[in-house]
Amino acid sequence: MIRFDQVGKLYPGGFEALKKVSFEIAKGELVFITGHSGAGKSTLLKLVAGLERPTSGTVLIGQQNVSKLRPVAIPYLRRKFGMVFQDHKLLYDRNVFDNVALPLSINGIVGQDAGKRVRAALDKVGLLGKEKAMPVTLSGGEQQRLAIARAVVSRPSILVADEPTGNLDETYATEIMKLFHDFHQVGVTVFIATHDTHGAAASGGRVMHLDHGELQ
Amino acid sequence: MGATISLPALLYVVVDNLSRLAGDIRSEPQISLFVELDAKPDAIQELDARLRHQHGIRSYSFVPRDEAWQKLRQNTGLNDIAGGLEQNPLPDAYIIFPETSTPEIIEQMQQEMQQWPGVAHAQLDTTWVKRMYSLVELGKKAVGVLAGLLGFALLAVIGNTIRLQILTQREEIEVSALIGATARFIRRPFLYAGAMYGLGGGLAAWFFLWGIVGLFNLSIDDLSRLYASDFRLQMPDWRTALVLVGGSAGLGWLGAYWSASRALSDIDPL
Repeated sequence: MIRFDQVGKLYPGGFEALKKVSFEIAKGELVFITGHSGAGKSTLLKLVAGLERPTSGTVLIGQQNVSKLRPVAIPYLRRKFGMVFQDHKLLYDRNVFDNVALPLSINGIVGQDAGKRVRAALDKVGLLGKEKAMPVTLSGGEQQRLAIARAVVSRPSILVADEPTGNLDETYATEIMKLFHDFHQVGVTVFIATHDTHGAAASGGRVMHLDHGELQ
Repeated sequence: MGATISLPALLYVVVDNLSRLAGDIRSEPQISLFVELDAKPDAIQELDARLRHQHGIRSYSFVPRDEAWQKLRQNTGLNDIAGGLEQNPLPDAYIIFPETSTPEIIEQMQQEMQQWPGVAHAQLDTTWVKRMYSLVELGKKAVGVLAGLLGFALLAVIGNTIRLQILTQREEIEVSALIGATARFIRRPFLYAGAMYGLGGGLAAWFFLWGIVGLFNLSIDDLSRLYASDFRLQMPDWRTALVLVGGSAGLGWLGAYWSASRALSDIDPL
């Protein structure tokens, strides 16, 4: 489903975030990518989700070569992914419902149909009662769950999360990880970056380790 | 913005009306044929016969000197001056309307008639119209140049307004792009906003114009009455209005497009 072949990413200024990374992820897999901060985890996820292009090697998603994709095709590639960002990237001037409805409106789904799906996604993450709340009034764990609801509302086949438990205490973190497991259970490919090597190993998925941009 | 657009529009009205004024006269070029003051009646009859057989004349009319004298005194308020004159200084005259309006042919006709016996003077009434016509042409060019320059200004003003709006919504744009919004989807609201600004500016310009023309006409009416004319400034027709409003809406759209595309490639360079 996702294949990296000798992928390198060199940022302007000379920082080499990834060096000749090759791996493959099958459909329905649960994969953790671990490593110290600055090891290239976020860069790897951005390449997976089509947020950036590699500077060398090939990234294949489905049958599409990301390096050769025309800019107009990029948005449609991104829609295949549910993306949970490290810093949530919630819109703080919109309420919970509208935040979750954003991917749907981008896909052209509005009205009653959208309402149903937004509520289903909020139900799944346990935020159904807070539709009208503004994101700032939510706790850290709730904001993270809101970000997950937004990522899954358009039912993507791949869920990509960057440090989803990074700033949470253990109870919240376990709760969030259980959510990702639930999605994995129903057939979604889940790809999570985390610095918590032990937690990743304990949760039963495949673990890949990055060190200074190189896959171990 | 409305004020910006109303400037070339106002100049357009002025030029358009001048051109209408020139056009009215230009479409009827005429030759005035003044008979010699001491011409005998049979000389006049002979002239009449010549005119009847002359080719290229659509119509002509004879203006007896007494009638002309009366008209002059009635119409132009020269009664006091005319009253001071003991006798009618005007000659008999023919007013001739040629079939064609080509200046060269009419000029030739005028020169020919000048040679006729009994003719004191054949006058062509088109020279000043020609001059005015060239002036109008110049004015039209000025309108074009001014409209072009102010169009650029409009583009920049709306582009900048949209740019500021984009800055305040940068986060939303970034998130939308990251989760798969197309450039078109992101641009759309800004394009609508730009077009609405332009539309509003165009409509405002139209109302400004309407007000200004109305104001001018108050004074022009007085002036026209003094010259015994019914000239008034006329508003351009609905087609011109459509071009004005539609054009400024289009410029607004264009400015927004330009601004949004630039901001978008800044936020998400992929």
